[in-house]
Amino acid sequence: MSAQSIGETEDTGVVPDAPLLEVDDLYVEFRTRDGVAKVLNGVSYHVDAGETLAVLGESGSGKSVTAQAVMGILDEPPAAVTGGEIRYHGEDLLKVSAQRRSDVRAEGIAMIFQDALSALNPVYTVGFQIEEQLRVRLGMSRQEARKRAIALLDLVRIPNAARRVRQYPHEFSGGMRQRAMIAMSLALDPEVLIADEPTTALDVTVQAQIMDLLKEIQTERRMGLILITHDLGVVAEVADRIAVMYAGRIVEYADAVSLYRRPGHPYTAALMESLPRLDLKGHELKTIKGLPPSLLAIPPGCPFHPRCAMAQDRCRTEVPAEYRLGLGRTSRCHFAEEMVGGV
Amino acid sequence: MGRYVLRRLLQLIPVFVGTTFLIYVMVWAVPGDPFAGMCGERPCNPAFVAMMTDKYNMDETVFVQYFLYLGNLLQGDFGETFSGLAVGDLIALRYPVSIQLAVIAVAIEAVIGIAAGILTGLRGRGFVDNLVLVSTLFLISIPTFVTGFLLQIVFGLELGWFPATVSSEATWGELIMPGFVLGSLSMAYVSRLTRTSIAENRRADFMRTALAKGQPKRRIVGVHLLRNSAIPVLTFLGTDLGNLMGGAIVTEGIFGIPGIGGLIYDSILNKEGVTVTGVVVLLVIVFLLVNLIIDLLYAVLDPRIRYD
Repeated sequence: MSAQSIGETEDTGVVPDAPLLEVDDLYVEFRTRDGVAKVLNGVSYHVDAGETLAVLGESGSGKSVTAQAVMGILDEPPAAVTGGEIRYHGEDLLKVSAQRRSDVRAEGIAMIFQDALSALNPVYTVGFQIEEQLRVRLGMSRQEARKRAIALLDLVRIPNAARRVRQYPHEFSGGMRQRAMIAMSLALDPEVLIADEPTTALDVTVQAQIMDLLKEIQTERRMGLILITHDLGVVAEVADRIAVMYAGRIVEYADAVSLYRRPGHPYTAALMESLPRLDLKGHELKTIKGLPPSLLAIPPGCPFHPRCAMAQDRCRTEVPAEYRLGLGRTSRCHFAEEMVGGV
Repeated sequence: MGRYVLRRLLQLIPVFVGTTFLIYVMVWAVPGDPFAGMCGERPCNPAFVAMMTDKYNMDETVFVQYFLYLGNLLQGDFGETFSGLAVGDLIALRYPVSIQLAVIAVAIEAVIGIAAGILTGLRGRGFVDNLVLVSTLFLISIPTFVTGFLLQIVFGLELGWFPATVSSEATWGELIMPGFVLGSLSMAYVSRLTRTSIAENRRADFMRTALAKGQPKRRIVGVHLLRNSAIPVLTFLGTDLGNLMGGAIVTEGIFGIPGIGGLIYDSILNKEGVTVTGVVVLLVIVFLLVNLIIDLLYAVLDPRIRYD
């Protein structure tokens, strides 16, 4: 299939039948004046064609950094990848040439960002920014690229695409900008799309439309989708699997259905409880006490213990291992099995 | 856009009247007799004084003088100097050299300043950055007359690389060194402005997007970074061109350039109110027009700017 056809090209380390994209035990540090911040401490996840992985967590949990490391767009320095592998079709992207990395970035893995207004270049038209991809990478002529750009804007359901293609980002509304961003990311038919909080800056109604659009495009093209968000509500509808991140680790990894039924980590449980619910109107909304830990000084033991309602002495000293809970579920909590209730 | 230009052009009228009036009054208010010393050691012949007084309406109030002057000016008559030369001819003779000098200065500061700014902005901290930082600080802190005389002595007289003074033909080659002196201060500012602008935009989200799109490095810098960083720099260069078109009294003096700066200087010393006002009026109009062009250029560079 597609993996095999790519495997035939000689100069790449592509392995047939390997998962589409795999992050394996990834470590990233930020070297700042105040010290070394351990931003990622052994993150692993994978995504296959047609599958949606949601990466969930508070700000600073490392969810965006993981994505940026995958794309190879970390600010290095101060950031540095200190360990692990990022495999695309089995080929470790951390070991390939800068040119190959750039090619994968363009054609294999695309990314859309939270704030489409600042992520688009303000002084070029939306059309130019889409066509740029087609002209530089595919060598299309201006007219061909323009036609294709209009088709892409049509695809993401921007009305009047032929007129809109000549407009600047600031002439678009928030939702339209994010659509344009999606159109741009689809220009070269990527196999993986990373969406970093694509709906956070948008109105609730527009959020739903964008999520629907993403889901639809993903199903149509059988893309792997990595959806980074802090919004459990968004995740519930679209994700196949969910990775919950805390202090640079994945603390829980599960399919969406079982995670919602029974969270396997107190942090996941707390996140779910802090979600406003219509059936509990009038009740005070629960919050998670305290702040996420400073990555310059991650607490010993389980990093979540200072904020955890279930914390015992053991949690303060012993780093929880990754407990396997069956059905591919994992959790980094000493009491994972009790939480899931022996599934 | 058209309406905006029209509005800006109409604004020129009150500015024109206001500046000419102020200049005229200020020159008139300078104490002393304009005709003193015009006739050698002896006091002037009363008949001569009466003739001049009548010619320049000296016995009228300053307001009447001004309006008579303005009336002539609007008919394209800049008036005559005390020695009977047409001020219009003087300007036509001396202004081209000053414009030439200003263009050279701006070209030098643009090329060197922007290049240094891009280099340091992209590289970040390091040897080149410190070198540029220190040398710009040096240029900024030294007054023009020091830079001027220094270059004149070193490159003009000692090394003989450039002519030390400018002849009355004022060729382009002769004007390179004066142009460098005139542009040196702004060159330092341009390089710093470029550096800051590049360093700031380098971290912008749209740069990350361009990188994520797999665009080649050259294109990311050349297309995405430079256009965004150019806006403040080009504004500065435009304003500076407007400033330098006003003549450079010090630089023109050092290198003996027969430009408009020297003309103003001499006219002020000689209390030639007509000449001073005529020249300044012209400079004011040039300055305002250059600024209008810069403001219009904004919209070309940054589509977010709207005028209507």
